[in-house]
Amino acid sequence: MEESTEFTAFVIDDSEYPTRLTKKFMRRTPYAKPDPRRILAFIPGVIQDIIVQPGQRVKWGDSLLILEAMKMRNDVTAPHDGTIKAVHVKKNERVMKNQLLIEFD
Amino acid sequence: MSLASQMMDFFRRRSKAVQGGGEKALEKQVAMGKMTARERITTLLDRDSFHEYDLFVEHKCSDFNMDKKQLAADGVITGTGKIAGFPICIYAQDFTVAGGSLGLMHARKITKIMDHAMKLGLPLIGINDSGGARIQEGVNSLAGYGEIFFRNTQASGVIPQISVILGPCAGGAVYSPALTDFVFVVDNISKMFITGPEVIKTVLGEEISMEDLGGARVHTEITGNAHFFARSEIECFEQIKKLVTFIPWNNRKRPDSFPAKPPRAEFDIEKIIPLNPRQPYDVRDLIRALCDESDFFEIQEHWAANIVIGFARLNGDTVGIVGNQPLVLAGVLDVDSSDKAARFIRFCDAFNIPLITLVDLPGYLPGVDQEHAGVIRHGAKILYAYSEATVPKVTVILRKAYGGGYIAMCSRHLGADFVFAWPTAEIAVMGPEGAANIIFRTDIAAADDPEAMRQEKVREYTEKFANPYIAAANGHVDAVIGPHETRDFLIHAIEISRDKHEPRPEKKHGIPPF
Repeated sequence: MEESTEFTAFVIDDSEYPTRLTKKFMRRTPYAKPDPRRILAFIPGVIQDIIVQPGQRVKWGDSLLILEAMKMRNDVTAPHDGTIKAVHVKKNERVMKNQLLIEFD
Repeated sequence: MSLASQMMDFFRRRSKAVQGGGEKALEKQVAMGKMTARERITTLLDRDSFHEYDLFVEHKCSDFNMDKKQLAADGVITGTGKIAGFPICIYAQDFTVAGGSLGLMHARKITKIMDHAMKLGLPLIGINDSGGARIQEGVNSLAGYGEIFFRNTQASGVIPQISVILGPCAGGAVYSPALTDFVFVVDNISKMFITGPEVIKTVLGEEISMEDLGGARVHTEITGNAHFFARSEIECFEQIKKLVTFIPWNNRKRPDSFPAKPPRAEFDIEKIIPLNPRQPYDVRDLIRALCDESDFFEIQEHWAANIVIGFARLNGDTVGIVGNQPLVLAGVLDVDSSDKAARFIRFCDAFNIPLITLVDLPGYLPGVDQEHAGVIRHGAKILYAYSEATVPKVTVILRKAYGGGYIAMCSRHLGADFVFAWPTAEIAVMGPEGAANIIFRTDIAAADDPEAMRQEKVREYTEKFANPYIAAANGHVDAVIGPHETRDFLIHAIEISRDKHEPRPEKKHGIPPF
């Protein structure tokens, strides 16, 4: 039920093993290097307020937006100094975990 | 009052109580495709063996007009009985009575039968079918849950605990099954989750059905929270009846012995392993070629299928079998397969069931997702469980046993009593390709024809190290044996280990990497 029935060549330490892959293995998300210019939602929730606009200069620690989740108002702050390139969400928008919220230049 | 009228009164009271939530509620239960709580007990237990207690227990809640409500048996049936002649303690929540909701007296009936099970040294079976806490009873219903969880933990490793999920089991209620040894679920009937679809929708905006969130398939294929999947309640009860024959009543006993029977002829051990050492095969066929009647009772078949665990009999006695499965993910160890095997090893150790480990793995699964999911901590569980176990431990290395995987799979170094290896065994730090690429890196790079050089070095390494004889020369392997001798060696090893005594340092308890 869980695995495919096709054999796939599976390489471990340069040796190839024909085997079946599990659904879980096939569904795993490839690793992406974290990009400090992209601010992602760390928890699913609703955007309560957007404080910054594109083009605005912000300093480390400045509030960017308020993300309400689990009845808590989370103040999402700038992880570094920089200029806001784009705001990808609207007020009252529901966001998923890891959804792109704000981009820095 | 005359005896006759006392008896009449008694029959009237009893017949009312066994009606549960009444005719309408019972009809509704059947319409949902479910058996009633009483039908479940009588179907699971041997005919006429069920003896019920606490039928007349009543709740004490007076808030929210509860004092005007009579709840038959307070929504849970408790008692003792037998399965295939084995005595057991059992409770079954009755969904027809206030949705099987758990109030304090309902919980106290459960804890009472749990206390009996502990004192009498009998397995406990809990049939869960409940809407959750009885909200009218407030914190008292939470107290009830807590008292059950506490006893589940005290009973862990003392008596086998079996949970059967035959309805909803949500919120805190799921922690009782989670603390028990075996969880049985039935397609379309079982639902287990901490927070239900409605809460998830309001809080997170994610929409999902109950079935997709915590149905039987989810828990047997994705989460690993359940151990046995059945398509019907009847099939589920058959699985429980079979399980009970493999395990002892309590941790002071051994499982019952059955008449010894040879494996069935169609499982020919010589024909299962392919000639090409990289080709996969189904390790379960090999297990069937080794055990009595080729009858292998697999546990968690659909989850982490790269490792296979389950019970079988050798010469009539129960053994726990752990085997790498080359058919799935080449049989690697990873987060899930380590968790799966480690818990099973600890069950076998707690209940005096010898362990047989069949080794054929290329190592641990590489990948960022595995490393970030904590494969170090999870992988360590399997080492911990094997090292801690003092039941007889017998290991057979079939083909590949590389690196950390070799050590983890009940090697001599983790305290295996007997380690056997087939002539096809390759016990090494890694496979020949990987090893040659590292050891002879400069030779390969400097050669006129690097690929030909690489091939030659792989061949050289294979001839020298891809065999069981270096490990045998060092005493890490006790005997190199042919496939046809394996059953005999296993039976003998288990037989002479019956009175194995291996003291461990005194301690309150160890601290496994949970």
